[in-house]
Amino acid sequence: MTGLVGAVVEAWDEVRIHKMRVLLALIGVASAVAAITGVTAAVQMLAQAYQEQAERDMGRSVTLNIQAWSSTADATDADRIDAQYTLALERYGIEYASRTLYTQLPVRLPDGTRSVDMQAVDPDLGVIRRIVPDQGRWFTDADTESFAPVLVVNEAMLAAIGETDLSTRPTALLGGDASVRATIIGVMADRWPGEMASGYLLYDHLERWELNPDQAAMGGQLVPTLVAWVPPDQAEALGDLITSDVQAAAPGWMVDVYDNREGGSAGLDGAARWIAIGVGGFALLLGGLGLVNISLVTVRYRIREIGIRRSFGATSGRVFFGVLMESVVATVVAGLVGVVLAVAAIKAIPVERLFGAGLQDTPPFPVSAALVGMAAAGAVGALAGIIPATVAVRVRVIDAIRY
Amino acid sequence: MSAMIELADVTRSVRLPDDRMLHILRGVDLRVDEGEHVAVVGRSGTGKSTLLNILGLLDSPTTGQYLLEGVPAHSLSQRTRTRRRGRDFGFVFQQFQLLPGRTALENVAAPLLYATGRQFWSRSRLAAQMLDRVGLGDRVATMPDKLSGGEQQRVAIARALVRGPRVILADEPTGALDVETGSEVMDLLDEIAAQTGAALVTITHDLAVAARADRQFRLADGVLVPVAIDAATADWVGDVPMGRPVVADRSAATERRLPAVSP
Repeated sequence: MTGLVGAVVEAWDEVRIHKMRVLLALIGVASAVAAITGVTAAVQMLAQAYQEQAERDMGRSVTLNIQAWSSTADATDADRIDAQYTLALERYGIEYASRTLYTQLPVRLPDGTRSVDMQAVDPDLGVIRRIVPDQGRWFTDADTESFAPVLVVNEAMLAAIGETDLSTRPTALLGGDASVRATIIGVMADRWPGEMASGYLLYDHLERWELNPDQAAMGGQLVPTLVAWVPPDQAEALGDLITSDVQAAAPGWMVDVYDNREGGSAGLDGAARWIAIGVGGFALLLGGLGLVNISLVTVRYRIREIGIRRSFGATSGRVFFGVLMESVVATVVAGLVGVVLAVAAIKAIPVERLFGAGLQDTPPFPVSAALVGMAAAGAVGALAGIIPATVAVRVRVIDAIRY
Repeated sequence: MSAMIELADVTRSVRLPDDRMLHILRGVDLRVDEGEHVAVVGRSGTGKSTLLNILGLLDSPTTGQYLLEGVPAHSLSQRTRTRRRGRDFGFVFQQFQLLPGRTALENVAAPLLYATGRQFWSRSRLAAQMLDRVGLGDRVATMPDKLSGGEQQRVAIARALVRGPRVILADEPTGALDVETGSEVMDLLDEIAAQTGAALVTITHDLAVAARADRQFRLADGVLVPVAIDAATADWVGDVPMGRPVVADRSAATERRLPAVSP
């Protein structure tokens, strides 16, 4: 016990006393560790940004899109399928799900009534697709019971109404002859310049105020698509179960299930991570070589000291371990500095500017990357210490004292 | 009763690059008992340091036997020899050999890094006590290069004694000091050795230093012979021109004419 503690104390003393030499030798190691951990963290943030973007389009992983269709059936079947969806969600304990129906609704605008693209959804879609309006808010469950329809529209629609923000509590008249006034509660940024006016409304409101046009006549969807966020390991099984449930409830209907497992940023994540490890590893190798070089010179410089320590009763094992530990202690300290630098750099990254929309869930600093960086630094220290430690052990005590 | 250390017919030879053998020590017999002060005098290159290295388990005899408390040293494993060297021997070198960049306290505490138990964990306190004992209690945080030669040697003595060795091996302890400081350092070494009961083996070319010992030996051409040095004569030597015989043993005059042998 005292041998180990003594060797560590001795190694730390050496590092402390030769701090300038150590500092110079270890800049490379610290930089390499900072590179490995910093780039890994940045890659994770980038991957998160890509993932969130993908989830805005396709939903979180894994999102099932269940689409039932039939060329012969009528609205009665559609009601049964809708009821079956509700049953399935309860039966399989699916927490987040939304019916989604793409449609077009007549909206009275200052320049006349226009048909506007609308998505009838449930509030959960906001969670599934990470929808965060630029102004106002997304739907909540309480909105379902409101006395008037509520809308989340894009900037183009708000502009078409003649408003620029929500401060005037703008409304829109939906429907043709029997119109209903809807309150705009949120505004989404246009996804591209010149985007057509569009918006979201709650599926239940579509039905309650009978806003739904004759979809069959328009060649549109008869029943909404069910969008469900499910655990990845259950995605396939749940897709199959819901399909069979719907088909049992509405014979003759076809059910398509597709999910978003193919997308995502796993490829980018993996490639970038390997590039980071490659570049960082190479830098670490260079830092290690520099450390070997300086350690060898230092051992030559310290031959007399090693001889004196042998006269104190330092065994050759202790001398070997001591010199090795100096290198390890130094590189671990450098690794720690590198990790701190990486954390500081990552914290200083302007996420909003770099990743556009910013991150909803900023990934925590990758502790695993920091640990890997530290371990790599320690390993490089050990490897870099073996050669000088071997040289130190071969020093003849008598010659060393006379040196 | 076994001697603390005992050499019996010890030789030490090395092979030179031209394949000739150089005989550094020839048939050396020496017995040092606990608490005894023994001095070995001799010219440079006569094998004094080699003898000290063998005594301190830093080197091994080519032939002959070295008994450490009655146990043949060659029967001890390398690890045991190293441990006993750290525990039982304290070295004082001519050039002090303090560790650079470390304070006086850290230097004195350095041997305790290789100790175990209480000595290891209390090393700073023990080192401070030992520095206080050699009169440097107020210089614990001073770097060696800020100390005078005498003070540096005191630190070296404190370091040699901090583990409570049973044998102190002093190689020219006053060699780098002026006469007055050298005398003070020897007073201190004698005093502490007497207090701790440690045997003291002093290698020196200074007859005044050698005269302090209980027994004196002269090493010439690798041969160790007992001599008697009169303390009064040694004191008087200081004013004698070089070249005059100064030791009571008449053979010392011969020694001065012997060619130096490089070990």
